[in-house]
Amino acid sequence: MSEIIRARGITKRYADGRTVFSGIDLDVSTAQRVALIGSNGAGKSTLLKCLIGLLPLNGGQINTLGESIGVRPTPRQLQRLRRCIGVVFQHHGLVARQSVLTNVVHGKLGLAGGWHAWHQCIARQEWREDAQQALRQVGLGHKSTARADELSGGQAQRVAIARALIRKPRLLIADEPAASLDPASGRDVMALFSELSHRSGITLVYTTHDMQHALEFSDRVIALKSGAILFDQPTRDVTRAGLQEVFHA
Amino acid sequence: MHESVLPSRVTRVSPLTFSLMVAVAALLIVSIQQVAPSPAQLAQGTPRMAELVGRMLPPNLEGAFLQRVFWRMIETFQIALVGTVIGVAVSLPIAWLSAKIISPAGIFRHLFKMIVSLFRTVPDLVWALIFVASVGLGAVAGTMTIVVDTIGFCGRFFAEAMEDADKKPQEALFAIGASRFSVLCGAVLPDAMPSLINTTLFALEKSVRSSVVLGLVGAGGIGQELKVAFDLFQYKNASTIILVIFGIVLAMEFLTDRLRARVQ
Repeated sequence: MSEIIRARGITKRYADGRTVFSGIDLDVSTAQRVALIGSNGAGKSTLLKCLIGLLPLNGGQINTLGESIGVRPTPRQLQRLRRCIGVVFQHHGLVARQSVLTNVVHGKLGLAGGWHAWHQCIARQEWREDAQQALRQVGLGHKSTARADELSGGQAQRVAIARALIRKPRLLIADEPAASLDPASGRDVMALFSELSHRSGITLVYTTHDMQHALEFSDRVIALKSGAILFDQPTRDVTRAGLQEVFHA
Repeated sequence: MHESVLPSRVTRVSPLTFSLMVAVAALLIVSIQQVAPSPAQLAQGTPRMAELVGRMLPPNLEGAFLQRVFWRMIETFQIALVGTVIGVAVSLPIAWLSAKIISPAGIFRHLFKMIVSLFRTVPDLVWALIFVASVGLGAVAGTMTIVVDTIGFCGRFFAEAMEDADKKPQEALFAIGASRFSVLCGAVLPDAMPSLINTTLFALEKSVRSSVVLGLVGAGGIGQELKVAFDLFQYKNASTIILVIFGIVLAMEFLTDRLRARVQ
């Protein structure tokens, strides 16, 4: 399997000089489902954001989707990288007053001719069709004309996934996508991610606090503790003792 | 253990605060003595006012005069409408450039903020005098005044609305490589839209009121007719114009209130 993310010796420090993580090496292969776990402040979200250039590194090198990012990536490098990924945050980040279809079409922003994606009414016909198809994939094809602020938390997160899918990403990054949802909706969202990854061969890297989600919806679990990788192993090999070590001081 | 004590009715003020309070009170008293109307002046002025009101009645309702007032009022409304529309259109990019965090202008955003402040702090009658002196008497000077006045008003409130727009959609769109301008059009403006529309309606209402008085300095509209009426002691004409202005401003407030309620 080819590597989609290759990180070597990456280091991240906060502005006050505190180290978030240091000297981390990480490889992620195509179509893998990787769960990043760790206690609060372990650096999972920061690592995730560094992998896609949302936060600058203080050391090391990352190659994501063939794009090398060092300490000072150029805007053009970041632009090229972000064109190939889909991102879903803990909060869905939908524009409340816009329709579901417009929010999904927003997923095309940043691509060539992206201004067509400001609103569904000026979007190219094939983008509108892609958006409708993405909504069908997440089970919300009937909600395309609803306003985003009329949706439940789980539905809104599904629309955020559809917004990521419309880009036809090779890599899907999700930062605690189920954390703000009730248990049933959270599980549904994670199951959807897992299914999409399986069906479309999309590489999925996500952070989670929920060990059940990590064990059920990943092929591999990477645990962070005290700014370093505590363990990195196939999900089937993860033990209860290993998980306890992650969350105990 | 601390004993609970009933607190005093008033909190202590520092000597500096007390001195400032005394100074402000002294300034107020001196100002009242110098500029407020004295009882004698009020006693003298009230009968004159009554006499003036008497000379204003009944309002002039001659057909030819009403027709002239009607066309002047149309011109006033045109000044307000065109000035507001151009002002709002110019305010949008200026507000974006001057808004915190989302501005693409970096530290130069303060420059745009200063321009908006300048437009806002100089009164509209002063702008009207400047434009009358530069483009001549008439409606064009009035329209330019309303444009500047609207930029001063909308530029500030549009920028605040953009700054207050929900940050989460903006972060989500930045994360996938959207440009600042795309984030503005895709996330900021839709979120700020109710506030932008409200501000625009307030600006239109304000422009109608402003354009009424701009004529007093020669910048077109019904104000010019009002000035002529007072200058020529045609008080019956003046009362008609004042009633028309009252009616139009009231109608405008009613209309914009209804529109604002719909936007909410």
